[in-house]
Amino acid sequence: MITREEKFGWILSSPYIIYFVIISAFPIIFSLILMFMRWNMLSSMQFIGLQNFITLFQDPLFWKALLNTFIFLIIHIPLQICLALLISALLNSPDLIWKSFFRSTFFIPVVISGVVVTLLWKQLYSTETGLLNNILLGINLEKIPWLTSTKVAMPAIAIMATWKNLGLYIVILLAGLQSIPRSLYEAADIDGASKIQQFFHITIPMVNPTLITVIVLSTIGGFSLFIEPYIMTGGGPLNSTLSTNLYIYQQAFSFYKMGYAATLGFMMAFVIFLVVMLQRKYIEREI
Amino acid sequence: MKIKFLKYLSYFVLVIFSITFIYPFLWMISATLKPEIEIQYPNLIPSEISLKSYYNVFMKIPIGRSFFNSLFVSGAVTGLVLIFSSMVGYALAQLKFRGRELLFSIMLLTMMIPFQVTLIPMYVLMVKFGWVNTYMSLIFPAMISVFGIFLLRQYFKAFPKELIEAARLDGCSEIYIVFKLVWPNSIPGLVTVGIITFMNSWNDVLWPIIVIRKQELMTMPQLVTLFATGGQADAQMGTILAAATLLAIPVVILYLVFQRQFIESMASSGIKG
Repeated sequence: MITREEKFGWILSSPYIIYFVIISAFPIIFSLILMFMRWNMLSSMQFIGLQNFITLFQDPLFWKALLNTFIFLIIHIPLQICLALLISALLNSPDLIWKSFFRSTFFIPVVISGVVVTLLWKQLYSTETGLLNNILLGINLEKIPWLTSTKVAMPAIAIMATWKNLGLYIVILLAGLQSIPRSLYEAADIDGASKIQQFFHITIPMVNPTLITVIVLSTIGGFSLFIEPYIMTGGGPLNSTLSTNLYIYQQAFSFYKMGYAATLGFMMAFVIFLVVMLQRKYIEREI
Repeated sequence: MKIKFLKYLSYFVLVIFSITFIYPFLWMISATLKPEIEIQYPNLIPSEISLKSYYNVFMKIPIGRSFFNSLFVSGAVTGLVLIFSSMVGYALAQLKFRGRELLFSIMLLTMMIPFQVTLIPMYVLMVKFGWVNTYMSLIFPAMISVFGIFLLRQYFKAFPKELIEAARLDGCSEIYIVFKLVWPNSIPGLVTVGIITFMNSWNDVLWPIIVIRKQELMTMPQLVTLFATGGQADAQMGTILAAATLLAIPVVILYLVFQRQFIESMASSGIKG
């Protein structure tokens, strides 16, 4: 006996069910098949067993790209968390005026396209005619080869990404901070705890769940690094800014190695899953 | 005394940060109006103002057409996401049917799959459907948002069951209930989903670069990206930044109008997503 509710439940859910079959289930199954194939989309697929995995483990460029992405994350995440914590803590003080002005200002780069931000920073970072180097020269410091040195290029991209996303994490953390009862701080004031002590013993522990959300979000976001190196450096100099996504893109759409690109995609899904799991386990225990 | 010092210090830090966030954008706008030679300097007021950079952009690439493409695609995606998310969200929130919990768990699972896995097969699918170089390839994969379904499900759960029962007794269809009864009472939730969907769609570049090759069908960020990275701009910084400024304007206008909604939407997406 099918009730009216039952019938409409399925009817109204049907867009998702159709979508799930086409956009989720099929691609995953197809990806699983592709991993064991060689295919350039023109000739027919060829079964090659585990060859793609063997190639992957011996592919120095993939490991280079993975290392680059980790370098990006290791600079980007701590920098972002510290700055976002600092600023949101400052914004959370009760007698601050212009609070919404500051908040709106920090949020501007979040809404603006990454393309705009990257084109802007590409100019700021330019070695010869860039604004940053001109300012450095102006205060009698040496020029920095921001995007042309293999050592500096990835950190430079990480700094730009921090600048772009900071506002979002400030707002998320601020929401977390505002849920901390004021009475805790008042009690600490009476007990004579300094502002710094209050920050480390009340603010940080109370905001911990939000902090974990922020770390996980920015990790997943960091692993999708693509358009920034694509525009700024094309992965160079000497592949020092080649991110894993840029590498997958190149393998698939420059060299049409669909099977290998699918294998890389799965590998990255596995890496992301592992990193997020480790973060949750480690951070939840630490703080 | 010490409190006062801390207060001034915190204002100082906030003002410095505000400048680092606003100044580059002001400088960018000024750079598009400056003579090319002057761009490397930090001054905000150009020695002479010229619209040559903008003229170059409009002459070299179909930027107006790409604006329309982006607007059409993002608008269609946002509309469809709102309609479908509401239907599915309502079913999950208010209707009891076998398989509901299963459906919900499947959604949770698919949310955790990074797009790196589905990217290649999705492209192959678009090729097989013959949708490469059509709006369909941009709209179809984006028209259902699991995030939207979750958020609206959460919203619709709070809607009073008695009102729905009463509407049913009056002979209203479930579709009517979703769009005529529940929708008008869920504006903030719909605005949140709408803003986030529109922003994500407007700012996406990776997918358009993959499925659109015809210049007249390119989205605005895609066209600007290819313009700046290809040789077309003749490495003229003023022209490239003018293209970037044109790309930023629509979202900035939306942001200035819906500032609070933008910030609250994105903050809540972070917490729930």
